[in-house]
Amino acid sequence: MSKQNRTTPEKVIEVTDLVTHYGTRKILDGMNFAVDRGEIRVIMGGSGSGKSTLLWYILGLYKPTSGQIKVLGEDINQISFNEHLKLKQNIGVSFQSGALFSSMTVGDNVAFPLREFTDLDENTIRIITRMKLEVVNLGGFHKLMPSQLSGGMIKRAALARAIVMDPKLLFFDEPSAGLDPVVASEIDDLILSLRDNMGMSMIVVTHELESAFKIADRITFLDQGKNLLTASVDEVKQSKNKRIMDLLQRRSRHDKLDPDEYLRRLTQENYTLS
Amino acid sequence: MKSDLINFVKDENQCTVFVQGDVDLSNSSELRKTILSALKTSPLVVVDLADVTYIDSSGIAALVEGLQYGNSHQKSFRLTRLSPHVKSIIELARLDQVFTIND
Amino acid sequence: MTKLTQKLESLGQITVQSLERLGFAMRLFWDSFYWLIVGRKYKQRLRFAQVIKHIKAEGVDALPIVLMLALVVGMMLAIQLIYALQAFGAQSQVLLAIAKSVTREFSPLITGIIVAGRSGAAIAARIGSQTVSQEIDALNVMGVVPVRYLVLPPLLALIISMPLLIIAADIVAIFGGALFSVTKLDMSISAYMVESFNVLVIGDIMQGLIKSVVFGIIIVLVGATTGFYVTNGAEGVGKATTTAVVVSISFIVFADMIASYFLTK
Repeated sequence: MSKQNRTTPEKVIEVTDLVTHYGTRKILDGMNFAVDRGEIRVIMGGSGSGKSTLLWYILGLYKPTSGQIKVLGEDINQISFNEHLKLKQNIGVSFQSGALFSSMTVGDNVAFPLREFTDLDENTIRIITRMKLEVVNLGGFHKLMPSQLSGGMIKRAALARAIVMDPKLLFFDEPSAGLDPVVASEIDDLILSLRDNMGMSMIVVTHELESAFKIADRITFLDQGKNLLTASVDEVKQSKNKRIMDLLQRRSRHDKLDPDEYLRRLTQENYTLS
Repeated sequence: MKSDLINFVKDENQCTVFVQGDVDLSNSSELRKTILSALKTSPLVVVDLADVTYIDSSGIAALVEGLQYGNSHQKSFRLTRLSPHVKSIIELARLDQVFTIND
Repeated sequence: MTKLTQKLESLGQITVQSLERLGFAMRLFWDSFYWLIVGRKYKQRLRFAQVIKHIKAEGVDALPIVLMLALVVGMMLAIQLIYALQAFGAQSQVLLAIAKSVTREFSPLITGIIVAGRSGAAIAARIGSQTVSQEIDALNVMGVVPVRYLVLPPLLALIISMPLLIIAADIVAIFGGALFSVTKLDMSISAYMVESFNVLVIGDIMQGLIKSVVFGIIIVLVGATTGFYVTNGAEGVGKATTTAVVVSISFIVFADMIASYFLTK
């Protein structure tokens, strides 16, 4: 059994009855969600379904209204702030926008966590950094500034930074959004090889169906702040659930319209979502 | 030098470093030092990785540093008997094309 | 009627918002020193090089403009004070008046305003654009405490460099005063300078230095707070920069008044 398995719990993420609000608006409404070790889990859902929100709460950027979030076996809202800091070093995150530090070169961006959290020799840090850039096919690009990179390169550089500490758990927000299909499929291959070679567990938020079918072990569909369905790719393809069929065919939702409410939304000066 | 992680066998021509267990941030600097000091005294250093259960990037970097030192000081540096885990990590970074790997 | 309630409502909102930000700024101050002290233990150590970099950017680089304005202010004070004191036939007191008013009041205030315009704006813009581009979130999820990384270094840098700027500004402002006064007082410049330092007591210098440290803290906390609260992308960053400068200068003036009251018996 490899170390990755020995020290990683069987369920890398367990979210129980999670309720969250943005202002007074309820975003997640009794979310239940669990991810197995070594699994690539894709989260899908329309915009406003709460998929990014779920990610932010699992990462501990906000405090939930109620419910429990366990990451790598630790209840992130119970452990101390400093224990949480340590836990975060086992987690990699690749943001939709990349979120690279714009004042640093690509190399310094990737090296950043190593410089912050390890006592490694600078020579070793350089080798690890360049190795990770090789893994994401950005070998030799370490001297460029993030502003000099294309969209696909930014995603790959962000991925390199996310995996530089050899995390047990990797989050990937919209890996293929805004990329051309060839580049997007390269990133999908990269995701698969990272899991296969490094044994990482991954959570990927995407709205690209093709990409989801290619990389996912299981897909979770969110709808209106709830876990609508979690199933394997084959099960999803055969699903008879109307909402999922809608999502798969990308048909607009035909919610039952409340005419009065609709009129208010259109006309009232100070209308806010309740 | 003897430890749970690293043992080595040495003669005039060659030093073989046996690594076992987990190589991670807590002990990769030990591996690095062992490899570099072995290269200072032997013309050929072979690292046996058959019993490595886990290796992280800092461990791989230690191996790369060994190769870097060997190449710049006219010494030979080789890897042998990669465990499946080590093999997959090395292949991920395409380092299998850089190291001399014996079976 | 609805107009009035709307006005009241927005007034209430602004009050709540301001209080929230004030609390946030206090938190930043507290957290900065918390991480300064315990940082090493939790792998959140302060980079010394970062502080040095900030001392250069916020302190050393501000030196030329601070000195230039200090010189001008010193001259201006000499002109005005000699004119005013003439009425009482007390021109000779101009030396004392300049020395005291420069060290206690003008050099910290001028320096504070310049540094607020330079560093306050820069800090707000930097943190603001990092908030917008999710760099702050990236720090957070990596386990780097943003306060330790982004607020503590400039805070320490200003706490160190503000008093040094003040001392330099004091000397140059008094020199500026000397340039104009010596002819009226029939003194040499060097004698004027020596006499100026003789009339100053330690309390005069200290008042300026204490104020400058307070101003430095205000500048960083206001800049950082407005930066962290940025929304609305690039436009928001621009607005935050302006807000940071206006708010920190206002706070500096108020703090100056309060400090003058308590430090002057």
